[in-house]
Amino acid sequence: MLQGWVIATVSFAYLGVLFAIAYYGDKRADAGRSIIAKPTIYALSLAVYCTTWTFYGSVGRAASTGIGFLPIYLGPTLMAGLWWFVMLKIIRISKANRITSIADFVASRYGKSQMLGGLVTVIAVVGIIPYISLQLKAVSNTFTILLHYPEIIMPARAEAQPLFQDSALYIAMILAAFTILFGTRHLDATERHEGMVAAIAFESLVKLLAFLAVGAFVTFGIYNGFGDIFDRAEAVPRLKALMTVADSGTSYGNWWSLTFLSMLSIMLLPRQFQISVVENVNERHLARATWLFPLYLLLINIFVLPITLGGLLHFPDGSVDADTFVLTLPMVEHRQALALFVFIGGLSAATGMVIVETIALSTMVCNDLVMPVLLRQRWLRLHEQQDFSGVLLSIRRWAIAGILLLGYVYFRAAGEAYALVGIGLISFAAVAQFAPAIFGAIYWKGGTKNGAIAGLLAGFAVWGYTLLLPSFAKSGWLSLHFMQEGLFGAALLKPQELFGVTGLDEISHSLFWSMLANIGAYVGVSLAGRPGVVETGQATLFVDVFRRTATGEGSRVWRGSAQVADLLPLIGRFLGPERAREAFLAFAQRHGLASIDELQANAELVHYAETLLAGAIGSASARVMVASVAKEEPLGLDEVMNILDEASQVRAYSRQLEQKSRELEEATAELRAANERLKELDRMKDDFISTVSHELRTPLTSIRAFSEILFEDPAMNLAERKRFLGIITKETERLTRLINQVLDMAKLESGNAEWHPTELDMHRVIRESVETTDSLIKDKQVELVLELDEGLPPVMADHDRLIQVMLNLLSNAVKFCPPADGRVTVRLYRESDNLRVDVLDNGPGIELAEQKLIFEKFRQMGDTMTAKPQGTGLGLPISRQIIEHFGGRLWVESATGQGATFSFALPLNRSDIDNRQIKSEEKWAREF
Amino acid sequence: MNPSGITGQRLVAVFLLGCVLFNYPLLSLFNTPGEILNFPLLYIYIFGAWALLIGVMAYVIEKRKD
Repeated sequence: MLQGWVIATVSFAYLGVLFAIAYYGDKRADAGRSIIAKPTIYALSLAVYCTTWTFYGSVGRAASTGIGFLPIYLGPTLMAGLWWFVMLKIIRISKANRITSIADFVASRYGKSQMLGGLVTVIAVVGIIPYISLQLKAVSNTFTILLHYPEIIMPARAEAQPLFQDSALYIAMILAAFTILFGTRHLDATERHEGMVAAIAFESLVKLLAFLAVGAFVTFGIYNGFGDIFDRAEAVPRLKALMTVADSGTSYGNWWSLTFLSMLSIMLLPRQFQISVVENVNERHLARATWLFPLYLLLINIFVLPITLGGLLHFPDGSVDADTFVLTLPMVEHRQALALFVFIGGLSAATGMVIVETIALSTMVCNDLVMPVLLRQRWLRLHEQQDFSGVLLSIRRWAIAGILLLGYVYFRAAGEAYALVGIGLISFAAVAQFAPAIFGAIYWKGGTKNGAIAGLLAGFAVWGYTLLLPSFAKSGWLSLHFMQEGLFGAALLKPQELFGVTGLDEISHSLFWSMLANIGAYVGVSLAGRPGVVETGQATLFVDVFRRTATGEGSRVWRGSAQVADLLPLIGRFLGPERAREAFLAFAQRHGLASIDELQANAELVHYAETLLAGAIGSASARVMVASVAKEEPLGLDEVMNILDEASQVRAYSRQLEQKSRELEEATAELRAANERLKELDRMKDDFISTVSHELRTPLTSIRAFSEILFEDPAMNLAERKRFLGIITKETERLTRLINQVLDMAKLESGNAEWHPTELDMHRVIRESVETTDSLIKDKQVELVLELDEGLPPVMADHDRLIQVMLNLLSNAVKFCPPADGRVTVRLYRESDNLRVDVLDNGPGIELAEQKLIFEKFRQMGDTMTAKPQGTGLGLPISRQIIEHFGGRLWVESATGQGATFSFALPLNRSDIDNRQIKSEEKWAREF
Repeated sequence: MNPSGITGQRLVAVFLLGCVLFNYPLLSLFNTPGEILNFPLLYIYIFGAWALLIGVMAYVIEKRKD
């Protein structure tokens, strides 16, 4: 048994947690360390899209239309793909113009028209209030059902309860209090509520977890997984039909129109606009949300069909409303805690929607309905009031309370009637009427104020006639006569078969006719007239927002005179004197001025002030207020066009200039790099020549010294003479070798070397090399160990060159072996796609620092200044060049005192070598 | 986020792909009684295509360079 007080306590505890989160979020925002400045939080808060209509209603919809509930979530997924362009543009525009609601957006674009702002507000309020009622109803119904736990009793009609026992009333009051506390805590120039967004993101998490929990419970707890449920449902013909959609053109048409409708809703519902545009901290968060938000929708829908089928199998007699399956299934299984968790999930869905929606609507009502009226009332003497911000806040608070009250009244009146059940889509269709005006606003400069008004009025009227009135009639508030016979008995005017169109469901039917009327009137009237001065300016600002990043663009189309002494108090009245002064000071400092006194009230400042004000009271009212203190000289339309044209020409020139200078910079950088390379080459050449001459001089000097001794001392004995001549011969050989290698190196480097690649058996190459070095090995009494694998595939290489490499490595190894018990090992084996050869010695080893150097030209092991050089210092560089030419690599591994291992690997893959050759030839061709 | 970069165009391509996947006539191919791995054909097709779209969008966005 779940006592009422248990449910109430848990619910209040949950609201308390929300409160704490919101409070913490606001505190952190005030401290400048936002907790919502993360793309994941942004994506989660977007999930305010999922209300109780999703949480409980999806299952209900699925019970009657099967898989037909999905388009509501597929549409937003598709739309997310366009966010990169569309949403980004709306966010950019809204931030630049401090737009705080969808009504303000439309009003601002079409010449800051109070009329349009008001119209959008009215449509939004009429369309959304029933939707708020639906949330109240869902919470109140589930509360009642949960109260009777463990019995399953469908709630009686709301009217049956006396007013003071009606839980919905208390829910509405609590929500109003909560919204007022966090939606209108202070007046922010950008209308952002960080704490509220943090709470909404948390709520999205809770409702997702609750739905997944109940889904997993039904699927795996009551039944044995998806397969089991689908198998059982398959056996019941009525359930089997839910797994496909009726195969007719109509049902595909309806499917598409629902998808289309939800695509528009995700952009245009006031709560979505509030969260995605107004509350957006950083436009880059949109990127992650583009895929994270659809993922959320996917997750929350996975279990809808299993729960529906499970519920229908469990309650085959239809005694339990499918809308409540999410709650009643855990209840009937006596899962008390889960049922309570589901209730909290539903509460999350409802409160999230109600809070954001009422905040958005209250801003609209305040800025676009109440303020324009109030400001006109001379008798209120508003112009004399010092601080108006308090009044603004109270208007919003009253608006929130009023909207929730209206929601409650509608709920009391409608009860279980059709008008409430079908309202989700009817609301969607209402806000869809904003689509032509909004998308036209950002992509079509030709749309005019009159066009927008005409379109909205026409669309709204058709929507009312084809959807709202029939829903009233079906609820029994109107006579059904006009539905069956048509208005005035004219069959062509039947609201749901307008002009005889049949074969569409009511939503698709209404969507078609209302969009036709809306777009037709918008485009038609726009094209028939000409836009006014302000409209033209705003149109350019909106449509070209990505090209107009410079601040103060909006001030170009304003001319007149004003006084700082008038502007500052005006802004102060709405934002508070302190905040106004801060804002003006910031503006002064941006322009290099020390104080507000030095400010000139030029067009830019007037525009800045108006934008500041627009954040607080909406762009239309802001314009009126600024006009009341500034004397504006009216500009003609032609003048405005000229200014805008001139501006765009200047921009085009400057873009060209930028382009040119960028190209120039690139060319300079390239030249500089080429010059550096030339210098480097020059330095290398000098180094090379000086090293070569040094290397040549050493043998020459000793040859010359010994020759001179021989020449000058004819009395020298034969043994001595022989020894000297032996040295001369050896030095000459060294000289020859050196010159040969220098020439060889030069050839290799210039790419002029001749190569004769053939298929080579590495085994034989090594044996040949070992034979050649045999005498040297014997001389030094080195032990040679060969560990050669048999049967290896051939490699593509030049025979003589490879012998050259082997000889070099072998003679190096022998050279550095210790005089006693020297030991050289040669290994040959296959290593994946390479043939690898290791030559190991047990000499002194090579220090890490030297390991790189020895591959440079004329580097020799040991101290060349004291010890007599043992080689030319070109052997290893040449060997490396050769190996690399055949696509392999040559390297050394060694540690001091533990000998050295020189290894090279050659690829076995032939085509690879060919490619390398082509590449090196290309490289050669490029360099010369 | 750069509205003129390649990422936006890729996402529009994903959008167009989605429009085709979730519409007649492709939808009708799967709108038949039948099962894959015990799931109804249409159910698994829609959720599969949905997951695919999200995956591609995630890949395009998270791997972007502009």
